Amino acid sequence: MTYFKLASASAMVLAATTLSTRANAEDLTLCWAAWDPANALVELSKEFEAESGHTMNFEFVPWPNFADRMLNELNSGGKLCDLLIGDSQWIGGGAENGHYVKLNDFFDAEGISMDDFAPATVYAYSTWPKGTPNYYALPAMGDANGWFYRKDWFEDPEIQAAYKDATGQDLREPQSQKELLQIAQFFQGREIDGKTVYGAAIFTERGSEGITMGVTGALYPWGFKYENTPGSYDMEGAVNSPEAVEALEFYKEFYETATPPGYTNSYMGESLDAFKSGQVAMAMNWFAFFPGLYADPNTGGDKIDFFVNPPQNQPGSTLGGQGISVVSYSDKQDAALEYIKWFAQPEVQAKWWELGGYSAHNSVLEDPGFVDSQPFAGDFLEAMAGVQDFWQEPAYAELLLAMQKRIHDYVVADQGTAQEALDLLIEDWTEVFEDEGKL
Amino acid sequence: MSDRTIDRVAQATPVRVARKIRGLSDRAIAWIFISPTIFLLLAINIFPLIWTIQLSFTNYKANRIGREVKDVGLRNYERILTDTDTWLNMQATAHFLFWTIFFQVLIGFTLAWLINKKFKGNDLWTTIIVLPMMLSPAVVGNFWKFLYQPQIGLFNYIVSWFTGKEPSSFEMLGSVTLAPWAIVIVDTWMWTPFVMLICLAGLRSIPDYIYEAAEIDRASKLRQFFTITIPMVLPFLMLAVLFRGIENFKMFDLVVQLTGGGPGSVTELTSINLKREAFEKWRTGYASAYAIILFVTVFGLASIYVKALNKVKQR
Repeated sequence: MTYFKLASASAMVLAATTLSTRANAEDLTLCWAAWDPANALVELSKEFEAESGHTMNFEFVPWPNFADRMLNELNSGGKLCDLLIGDSQWIGGGAENGHYVKLNDFFDAEGISMDDFAPATVYAYSTWPKGTPNYYALPAMGDANGWFYRKDWFEDPEIQAAYKDATGQDLREPQSQKELLQIAQFFQGREIDGKTVYGAAIFTERGSEGITMGVTGALYPWGFKYENTPGSYDMEGAVNSPEAVEALEFYKEFYETATPPGYTNSYMGESLDAFKSGQVAMAMNWFAFFPGLYADPNTGGDKIDFFVNPPQNQPGSTLGGQGISVVSYSDKQDAALEYIKWFAQPEVQAKWWELGGYSAHNSVLEDPGFVDSQPFAGDFLEAMAGVQDFWQEPAYAELLLAMQKRIHDYVVADQGTAQEALDLLIEDWTEVFEDEGKL
Repeated sequence: MSDRTIDRVAQATPVRVARKIRGLSDRAIAWIFISPTIFLLLAINIFPLIWTIQLSFTNYKANRIGREVKDVGLRNYERILTDTDTWLNMQATAHFLFWTIFFQVLIGFTLAWLINKKFKGNDLWTTIIVLPMMLSPAVVGNFWKFLYQPQIGLFNYIVSWFTGKEPSSFEMLGSVTLAPWAIVIVDTWMWTPFVMLICLAGLRSIPDYIYEAAEIDRASKLRQFFTITIPMVLPFLMLAVLFRGIENFKMFDLVVQLTGGGPGSVTELTSINLKREAFEKWRTGYASAYAIILFVTVFGLASIYVKALNKVKQR
C-alpha cells in the first residue's frame, strides 16, 4: 500500500511537472541572415532547448534580401520573429520606431552588465542614442571586414622573386592600403599553375550594401569622417575631404586594375566563390566567414592566411556584426528574454566562439588563449579595436542607398569624378536629414 | 435551361421575393449583377489610387507610423521632375522600351510569317520558339547572367568566335555601354514569341481568297505583302505593341535579376527606382508622387495609342 501511495504521488508530481513545463514551453523563432554563423547558432541553441524546454525555430534570409525582408517584417508589426539578430545600422530605427524592446530593466534584473562586453560592440550593436546607456540589443556577433589570401602563392619562391623583380620589395602581408593594391596588381592576370589568376575580390554590389561596405574599407584608413563634429550632421569638408577623395579614387583604381573581369556587382558570395575557385590571390570579406574558409578542403588550411584591413593614414576597418534584440510585437517576450539571459552567460559565449560564432564577451576575448585559438583570432581583435560603422540613424536605409548609388556610379559606371560623387552624396544626405528635421 | 426548370425555379422562389423582383426594372437587375464587381473595382483600384494621390502631397513614411505627417504641397512632384536622376531613369526606360519593341516586332513578325508557311515540322518549331516566354523572368534573368559571364559565359564565347575578340575582354552586364543592350537582348529573346503568336493569329485570319484575287490581278508577292498582309496584320501588331509597351514600361524582375539597375544606374528603369523609393528608402509620399507621374504618363500614352489603334481598325 505504501509503495502504491508513493508511486501514485510520484506519478502526480511527474504529471504536474510535465504539464507545467508544457504550459510554459514556447515555440520561439529567431531571425537572422543565412550564413555560416547561423548554422553555428542552431547548434548552440540546442542546449537552450534542452535547458529551458522551449523550442527554437529559425528564419534565415540570404544577405542580399535580409534587410528588405526583415525591415518589412518589423515595419508591418509582424510576429514572425521573437528574436532578431539585426544589423547594427538598424538599431536607431528599431529603437525609435518601437520595433525593439528596451532591455535596461531586464539587464538590471538579471545582472547582465554591458561592461562584460567589448566596448566597441556595445556602442555599435546595443545603444541608441549612440553611446548612451539605453540598450536595445545584446552584442551577439562581433564582426568586421578583413582580408584573406593565398598563403601558398605568397610563399612560392618563384612568385616571391617575380614580385621582388617587379616592385623591389618583399612579398608579404600588406602593411598599407597602397601595398595591398600593389600586390593585387602584381597578381592581376598572372599565370599560376597554368591558370590565369587575378588580384583581389572586393565588394562592388549595387543593390543592398555591398559597395558601401567595401569602399569604407578604404575610406576609414584614409581618415574619412561622416561629420566634422559628431552629432552635428555638418558633413561638408568631412565626407568630401581631400583624404576621402583620394580614398575613393584608390578604390576605383583597385576595381579597375586588380579585380577579375565581370566583377561589377559582387558581394560576400562572389568574393568567397572567387577565392575558393582559385581565381584571386586575395579577397575581402567579413570575419564571420573565416572559420569556414580555413576549413575549406581546397583553399583552406595551409593554403590560406588572414590579415586585418591595412591602415593608410590610420588604422580602420568597416564594422559588421549584430546584436540580438527582442521584437516588441512578439507574444513570447518572456521566453525570448530567457534566451538572451542564457546567451549572455560566459560559458555559452565560450561555446559560441568554439562553434564558429564571434563572441563579443570580454571573458572570451580577454582569455589568454584566445589569440592562438584560431589563425584569424588575433586579426579579429586588432580589427575590432579600429572599427567604424555607417550611419545608424533611423533613416539609415535612405542614407545607405544614396551612398550605394553615388559610389557605384563613380567606381563601376565611371561617371563623374570622386569629388563630384562625394559632393552629390552630401546633397543626398543633407536632403535626408532635412526631411528628418535634423538639419 | 429548359422551360420546366425555369418553371420549377420560378415556383421555388418565395412569393415575397418574386413580387420584389417582378417590380425591378432590367436596369436595376443589371446593377444588382454588376455591383459586386464595381465594389471590388472601387476597393482594389480606385480607393488605392485616391489614397496614393492623397499621400503624394505628404511626407508620409510607411515605416515611421508615429511620425507626424505633414502636407508638403507639390514639393514631391517638384523634386521628382527637377531631379536629373529621374530623367536618367526615364531615358533608360525609353531606350529599353523602344528597342525591345522594335526588335520584338521585327523578329516576331518575321518568325510568324515564316511559321505561317506550310512546311514539315511547322508545329514543332512553333513549340520550340514559344518556350522562352513560358519561363519565369527570375529564371531567365539568372540563366542569362551566367551566359553573359565574361570568363565562362557562352554568349561571350559565341561573340568571340565571330569577332576574334577575347571572351573576357568585354562585359555585357558590367559595361556602361553594353548593359542597356544586354537587357534588351534578354527581353527580346523572352518575349518575341509572344509577338510572334499575335502576328501568327493575324496572318491566319487573312482569308485565302484575297491572295487568290490578287494573284488573278497579277499582283507581285511584294505588292501582296505590302497591300494585303501588312495592312491586315497591322491591328494585331499594334495590339502586340500595346501589350509589350505597357509590360515593359513596368519591367522590374528580369532587369533586377540581370543588373540590379547597374552598372551605376544605367539600367535603373523607373519601376526599379520606384521600388527603391517606396520599399527600401520608405519615402512613401515621394514614391506615391512618382507612381502618379508614371501612371499619368502610361495612361496618356496608352490613350493616344488606343485611339490610333481604333482608327487603324476602322480603315
